[in-house]
Amino acid sequence: MGRYVIRRLLQMIPVFIGSTFLIFFMVYALGDPVAALFGDRAPDPATAAQIRADLHLNDPLWKQYLIYMKNIFTGDFGTAFNGESVTSLMGSAFPVTIRLTIVAILFEIVIGIALGVLTGMKRGKPVDTGVLLLTLVVISVPTFVTGYVLQYLFGVQWGWVSPSVSPEAPFNELILPGLVLALVSLAYVTRLTRTSIAENTRADYLRTAVAKGLPRRRIIVRHLLRNSLIPVVTFIGTDVGFLMGGAIVTERIFNIHGVGYQLYQGILRNNAPTVVGFVTILVLVFLIANLLVDLLYAVLDPRIRYA
Amino acid sequence: MPENTDSVILDSAAAATSGPALIADVDKRDKPRSLWNDAWYDLRRKPVFYISALVILFLIVIAIWPGLIATGDPLQCQLINSLNGPSSGHWFGYDQQGCDVYTRTVYGARASVEVGIFSTVGVAVLGAVLGGLSGYFGGWLDAILSRISDIFFGIPILLGGVVFLSAVKGGSVTTVSTFIILLGWPQLARIARGAVITAKEQDYVLAAKALGAGHGRVLLRHIAPNALAPVIVWSTIALGTFISLEATLSFLGVGLKPPAVSWGIDISSASEQIRNAPHMLLWPAGALSVTVLAFILLGDAVRDALDPKLR
Repeated sequence: MGRYVIRRLLQMIPVFIGSTFLIFFMVYALGDPVAALFGDRAPDPATAAQIRADLHLNDPLWKQYLIYMKNIFTGDFGTAFNGESVTSLMGSAFPVTIRLTIVAILFEIVIGIALGVLTGMKRGKPVDTGVLLLTLVVISVPTFVTGYVLQYLFGVQWGWVSPSVSPEAPFNELILPGLVLALVSLAYVTRLTRTSIAENTRADYLRTAVAKGLPRRRIIVRHLLRNSLIPVVTFIGTDVGFLMGGAIVTERIFNIHGVGYQLYQGILRNNAPTVVGFVTILVLVFLIANLLVDLLYAVLDPRIRYA
Repeated sequence: MPENTDSVILDSAAAATSGPALIADVDKRDKPRSLWNDAWYDLRRKPVFYISALVILFLIVIAIWPGLIATGDPLQCQLINSLNGPSSGHWFGYDQQGCDVYTRTVYGARASVEVGIFSTVGVAVLGAVLGGLSGYFGGWLDAILSRISDIFFGIPILLGGVVFLSAVKGGSVTTVSTFIILLGWPQLARIARGAVITAKEQDYVLAAKALGAGHGRVLLRHIAPNALAPVIVWSTIALGTFISLEATLSFLGVGLKPPAVSWGIDISSASEQIRNAPHMLLWPAGALSVTVLAFILLGDAVRDALDPKLR
C-alpha cells in the first residue's frame, strides 16, 4: 500500500506540471495580459514595455512558467485586478465554495443513494420507472436552466429562500444552490446505485443471507448496501473536483462570492494571475480527490490489493 | 418478516423470465446475423429508438432549412414588441430586443447541431485513432499517449473551456468545437484503447496474423469493426452533452456571441428577464433539453442493442 501511494504521488507530478502548464499557456500565450490591464484604451508603448519587463513577459514561456511556479511555492500567487493579492481572494473564496460543495455532496449521498436503493429494490415497478424518467429529465436539462427556474420558483415566486446569497454565505443560505449544483450528479448517483443494487440482489452471498434467515434490515444494510456502494463512493469522490469546477455556473446564478465567482471576475477583467492561480488550485484538488478515491477503493473492496 | 425478504429474490426472478421469449424470437430466423444486424434487429423493436431518432432527424432538417417552419428573420426585431407575451401569430412571445422567440428558437438549432456534430466527429476520429493505435501497439507509444491524456484529464472541461475561450477571444462555432475536440478526445481514447486491447487478444486476430495480414489490415478489417461499438455508443451520448456544454459556455459569455443565434445566448438573456418575462426562458431551454434528452435516449437504446450482456 505504502509503495502504491508513493508511486501514485510521483505519477501526479508530471500530470500536475502538464495541466498547469497548459492553463498557463492558454492564458499567457493565447491571451495578452498587458493589453487586458488597459481595458478598451490602447496602452502607451513605453508603459506597456515597462510592464512586460516587470512581469517577465519577454522571457520564453517555459521560463515564465518556472518563475510563476517558484512564486506559487513561496505562497505568492500575484495580484488581482483590484490590487488585492490573489492569496487573500482565495482565503475568502475557498471556504464559501467548500461549504457549497459539502451541501451538494450531502444531497448526493442522502437523496441519491436513498432513491437508488429504492428503485434498485423495486425494479420494474412504477416507482422505479418514475424515478428513472425523472433522472433522465434532470440530466438533460442544463444546470443553468434548472438553477434559474428553481431560484425563480423558491426564491421569488414562493419566497421560501432568499434568491441570492449574502457574501458570508452561511450553510442555511446554500441549501438551494447546493441542490442545484448537485442535481446532475445526484441523478447519476441514483442510476449507479440502482444498477449496483439490482446486480447484487442476484448475487450468491445475498441468497445465502436470505437462506440463513437473517432479518431483512440486516440483509440490506450489512450485505447488500456494503457491496453495492463501492462504485457509488468512488463516483462521489471523483465528483468533488467536478463540483468545485462546476460551481462557476451555480455561483453566478445565486451571486455567491466563491471560487467560481472570483474566477469569472478574473476572466471578465482578463486578470491572468487570478485565473491561473485559482485553476491551478482546482487542478490540484481534482488530482488529490482522484488519488484518495483510488486508495479508498482498496479499503472498501478487499479483493483489490495494490502492490 | 420472511415474506419480505423473499421479494428481493422474486423481483430478480421475474426480471429474468423475459429472457427466454427473446431467445425464441431470435431462433426463428436461421440465417446467422452479425453484431450489427443483430443490433439493428433489436433497435427496430424499440419505441424509444424511433422517438429519439425522429426528434434528431427533425432537428437536423430544421438546422439545415430553418425557413421551413419559421417565416421571420431572427435578427429583424422591433423594439416596440420588447418583452411582449404570447399573442396570436406570435405564440411564443418576444424577447427584450423585440425579437420573435419562436423564430430565434428555430434558428438557434443550427449552432447547436453544428457544434455537436463537428466536435463529436473530431473527438471520435482523434480519440479512436490515438486510442486505437496506443491500445494496439502498446509500449512507449501507449505510455506517452496515456500520460498526455492524463494531463488533459486533470483539467475539468468547463473550467478549461472558460479559460481557453476567453484567451482566444473565441465566439464562433469553430473555436468552440476546436476547444471541445482539444479537451474531449482523451476520454474517447481511453474507451477505444480498452476496446482494442480486448479485441486484439481474440483468436480471429491471431488467425489473421498467422495468414500473414499486416498491421494495417488487422487493424482496419479485424479489430476496428469489433471495437467500434463502445465508440459509437459513447459518441452518441457525448453529442448531447457537447450541445449542452456549448450552451453553458455561451451562457457564461465565452462561447458563441451575439449576433450569433444560439439557445445558450437566448437562455442567458432570458435569465436576466425571468421575473418580467418567464416565457422567454421556456422555449430555448425546452428545445435544448429535448435535444440533449434525445441523444441520451438514442445512445442508451444503441448501447442496449449492441451490448448483449446487458439484455
